[in-house]
Amino acid sequence: MTVAPEKILLRLHVNGSAVQCAAHPNKTLLEVLREDLNLTGTKHGCEMGHCGACTVLVDDEPVLSCLALAIEAQEHEIRTVEGLADGPKLHPVQQAFAECGAAQCGYCTPGFLMTAAALVERPGVPTNAVIRDAISGNLCRCTGYEKIIEAIALAARRMEEAATHA
Amino acid sequence: MHRLPPFRYEAATSAASAVQLLAAHGPDALVVSGGTDLYANIKQRLFTPKVVVGLRPARDMHYLRFDQSRGLEIGALTTLARLAAEPVVCERYPALAEAAASISTPQLRTMGTIGGNVCLDTRCNYYNQNLDWRQALGYCMKKDGDICRVAPGSPKCVAVNSSDTAPVLQAYGARIRLLGRSGEREIDIADFFMDDGMRAWAKQADEIVTAIHLPVPAPNTVSAYRKLRLRNSFDFPIVGIAAVMQTDGGGRCTGARVVLNAVASKPLESPGAARALVGTKLEPDALDAAADAAYATGKPLDNTSGSIPYRKRMLRVFARRTLEACAAPR
Ligand SMILES: Cc1cc2nc3c(=O)[nH]c(=O)nc-3n(C[C@H](O)[C@H](O)[C@H](O)COP(=O)(O)OP(=O)(O)OC[C@H]3O[C@@H](n4cnc5c(N)ncnc54)[C@H](O)[C@@H]3O)c2cc1C
Ligand code: SF4
Ligand code: FES
Ligand code: FES
Repeated sequence: MTVAPEKILLRLHVNGSAVQCAAHPNKTLLEVLREDLNLTGTKHGCEMGHCGACTVLVDDEPVLSCLALAIEAQEHEIRTVEGLADGPKLHPVQQAFAECGAAQCGYCTPGFLMTAAALVERPGVPTNAVIRDAISGNLCRCTGYEKIIEAIALAARRMEEAATHA
Repeated sequence: MHRLPPFRYEAATSAASAVQLLAAHGPDALVVSGGTDLYANIKQRLFTPKVVVGLRPARDMHYLRFDQSRGLEIGALTTLARLAAEPVVCERYPALAEAAASISTPQLRTMGTIGGNVCLDTRCNYYNQNLDWRQALGYCMKKDGDICRVAPGSPKCVAVNSSDTAPVLQAYGARIRLLGRSGEREIDIADFFMDDGMRAWAKQADEIVTAIHLPVPAPNTVSAYRKLRLRNSFDFPIVGIAAVMQTDGGGRCTGARVVLNAVASKPLESPGAARALVGTKLEPDALDAAADAAYATGKPLDNTSGSIPYRKRMLRVFARRTLEACAAPR
């Protein structure tokens, strides 16, 4: 029998807070977020890199938490869907997804929201081609992509307007 | 759920420390860069390492520099996303930027590295399956079985090289730098890839790829990469064609390399296609002849998506498109 390695103390930065937990070194970031930190907003779909449901931001870049080890995420800033809203105030992508009807069952939505947030937080308004390319790693099997693209474009325009008025 | 089996994780703080860790743990250890290939394979129990040596913390392999006399040096940990966006790569080695941009998805390109890409495990419909699936079938030679399901009479595994940067790097004449217990060496990338699905790289178990080195392109070099896949995102190539050509001032082709992808266990060079191009002015007839030669070189087997006749036909189509992109660069 092989002896399972011991748990290790992970120090993570999630949604602006420092958090600690003990977990096995072979645990993915997805598993640690959901099972050890109770952040179940991030979804597990294929767990093999084929769907994008598990997308989170690491240092503001979308990555797949199902193919990343939590232990390697320690030095980095992690953002999940739970960290998007500011109290009762939704993030512009969340507001736009709701208004445009960009979610049906909602299972893919946290992944799309994180990919979309990374895109619209960059300066400038992305073209539809850029939006399509940015979400090419996220699959949705019920909404269809048109409303999702519309929602991201709307969020990007609003962010840009807010930035020019600020 | 697809979970990773238990293993210990050891962070390599430099290329040298990675080699030390590999030597210390022997066959129990595997290195990981982005993990986008390795973790998926471990989840399917294709590998069960006791120790995973993480290369990402090794800062001495994260670099990309271009020098007018040395050419391009790419540290093994350079991400595919960076490769696709780096201005010097887009300008001087456009086929490499195209290949990197065509891999998987934006998230995976942020995670995946060039070192992991050239060491991407060869792929096959009978291999990239979960344990239950493989067990139900009785396994195959590459993992736990003794015959090849694709070519039952074959003495060796014919799983395909699916790395999109590999054929492009070979067409540019890249060299690959390896570091192991017995020191550092640099070899022609064409000698690094081997036509054996179970032993696809001329690399010792204690060696890691530390960098890839591309020569300065001669003046008037043109290049392109085109790939066929079922969906234009996520999917691995089922046919790929890389071409790099030199021309004299008058547009006459003075040198060419055409390399096929996803039809053999290594990137497959088509010397016939190169011969059909050299000396011509890349007129449509010359491109047709070269595409015919590429078609003759590639012999797809039934181990990826898409039927054999479809992939075979597409070899000519994609060769023609790649060569057209070279002949008429924007
Ligand atoms: C859904 C999906 C789609 C994909 N599509 C494509 C595609 O279209 N084209 C394509 O080319 N790839 C594709 N990939 C595979 C993969 O994402 C890329 O090949 C990536 O570049 C691998 O790099 P990595 O750093 O993640 O490798 P890892 O997973 O870290 O490593 C891959 C292999 O190389 C070894 N290794 C890693 N670094 C080194 C090193 N420096 N020296 C020696 N050995 C090393 C590892 O031990 C492992 O065996 C896809 C993957 C997924 C999940
Ligand atoms: S080519 Fe043959 S031996 Fe190799 S993985 Fe496929 S079935 Fe197995
Ligand atoms: S759950 Fe990570 S990509 Fe599907
Ligand atoms: S809303 Fe159901 S999968 Fe996208």
